[in-house]
Amino acid sequence: MASKVIHALYTDDDLLLQAVRQVREARYHIGEIYTPFPVHGLDKAMGLEPTRLAITSFIYGVVGFTVSIVMMNYIMIQDWPMDIGGKPSFSFLENMPAFVPIMFELTVFFAAHLMVITFYLRSRLWPFKVAENPDVRTTDDHFLMEIEVANHNTEDLTDFLYKTGASEIVLIDNK
Amino acid sequence: MYTLSSKLKLFSIILMAVGLIGLAIGFIVAPSTIEEVKEMVASQDGHGETHTPAEQLKSDLAEDPDSGMEFVPSEHEIQTERTDEHRTELGTDAEDHENEHYEHLLHQLQNKPWAALYVAAFFFFMIPLGVLVFYAIQYAAQAGWSPVLFRVMEGITSYLLPGGIIVFVLLVLSGLHLNHLFIWMDPEVVENDAIIRNKSGFLNVPFFLIRAAIYIAGWAIFRHFLVKNSHRLDEAEPNDLYYFKKNFKLAAGFLVFFIVTESMMSWDWIMSLDPHWFSTLFGWYVFASMFVSGITMIALVSIYLKSRGYLPFVNDSHIHDLAKFMFGISIFWTYLWFSQFMLIWYSNIPEEVTYFVTRIEDYGILFFGMVVLNFLFPVLLLMNSDFKRVNWFVVMTGLVILFGHYIDIYVMVMPATVGESWFIGLPEISALLFFTGLFIFVVFSSLTKSPLLVKRNPFLKESEHFHY
Repeated sequence: MASKVIHALYTDDDLLLQAVRQVREARYHIGEIYTPFPVHGLDKAMGLEPTRLAITSFIYGVVGFTVSIVMMNYIMIQDWPMDIGGKPSFSFLENMPAFVPIMFELTVFFAAHLMVITFYLRSRLWPFKVAENPDVRTTDDHFLMEIEVANHNTEDLTDFLYKTGASEIVLIDNK
Repeated sequence: MYTLSSKLKLFSIILMAVGLIGLAIGFIVAPSTIEEVKEMVASQDGHGETHTPAEQLKSDLAEDPDSGMEFVPSEHEIQTERTDEHRTELGTDAEDHENEHYEHLLHQLQNKPWAALYVAAFFFFMIPLGVLVFYAIQYAAQAGWSPVLFRVMEGITSYLLPGGIIVFVLLVLSGLHLNHLFIWMDPEVVENDAIIRNKSGFLNVPFFLIRAAIYIAGWAIFRHFLVKNSHRLDEAEPNDLYYFKKNFKLAAGFLVFFIVTESMMSWDWIMSLDPHWFSTLFGWYVFASMFVSGITMIALVSIYLKSRGYLPFVNDSHIHDLAKFMFGISIFWTYLWFSQFMLIWYSNIPEEVTYFVTRIEDYGILFFGMVVLNFLFPVLLLMNSDFKRVNWFVVMTGLVILFGHYIDIYVMVMPATVGESWFIGLPEISALLFFTGLFIFVVFSSLTKSPLLVKRNPFLKESEHFHY
């Protein structure tokens, strides 16, 4: 699949947001946008789906909560119900207040760490990963919008992008 | 400008009237002599088991040692034994014991309508106080989202003074020995109780009432000037921030004054109901309860006014923020509730643990039920970001939270005043209705007195465009 993309560079985040809106209105397809910092409202302008990371985190929290209960119920109540300083180890509920700090911490631990790992997996981040950076300036002070040329006329597209305020337009041919 | 609809006015007046009648009946029905208590107990037992009271008492006592470690005498049992020692010289032991039991029951039943009134009065008093704290924090923190809600908060705090006066009157009536809510106010009890006697430097009626007057007057004065300056700011020149700065300083001063007086207020008005017991984080615990109730009330009143079209400048993001506070402070309350409970449960020192033993044995459903209402409901219902923007969702959760915190105050007060004779019946519900009516009447009449949007507040523009 021979795909041509155009890299349009902008120097201002407001300009970028405006350009994104214009490009979407003109029905060109935005492949990717590279910015040096989070641009508030960019996901809305691009029409990205909201993240479901919070939902996964809730589920991980429930898992951690369950793990803590099963673990302590087995160790402290089922397996070896010893009298430790007069604490009632006859049933889980009777001794529950003593377990709450651990239940809380394990819930938070699972919710936090598994969510972070999910984030890394979903955004494909790991040590020794080769950086996917089309232009080094995008980590400093430039904003880059990548638009698929597809079956559009390259010249029209370039003109259009120039009018949206792009400071630099590059045609990339991925062969 | 908001106008009080005649329907709401009528509704609040009906609530007050019904509540008053119910309370009056509650006071009339309360027994005044031991004979009446005996009759009441006899008529209740008539269709059930036919034990004579003495037999029942004996079987009660016989059962107790079997229950082993669960048996811990409550404070009142200790109390009656001590105060009535001189009377055991007369008559036979069993008869005396029986009379003691009935006298104990008599005190509890006499306390019932008083305690019901006190719980409801305190509950509705602490809501405007919690709102005032929230209001002062918004000023001191220079919050950019909340100025559009300032008038709602000012309206709710208008109940602070009338509510405070009612609580104060109740405290004065207790000081005049019209009821037995505070056992340390009874000179006979103090004489026979070394623990209370040693505390009488702090717990004596004149000093107690002076302190109460200082708290209520202090809060009311701060409230008066904060609201007054907020109105003066409306009429100030466009760039004149004198009254804003003044309120900023006043709010900071209030917060310092509040945290000291609130802590002492909780010792005085609630913890001293159990004068043998003490807890260091009690002040914070009561504060969390009043704070979350106050924030919930702001949300409820805002949503009500918005639904009537009086707050067009309040958007879903403001409600979202309030719901976040409701969610967060509910968890904070639970944290304090659990910290207090778990530390005492874990070490199980007899002089401290009786507090929770009486609550778990006699008030089990309420004591644990309120954790479900105040923690599980808000956590599960308000965790989702979208739900916090759905107004009816916030209203439903808010009502659950308010009810849960009424139960919270109930469980703080009742075990020390009516013990195992508790019941949420006519006096409790009537007191709640009466104060609901009074609260609605005072708050919504005060909301009619000024425009519902502040002017000239430097954060007003930001607040109107607040978007989360």
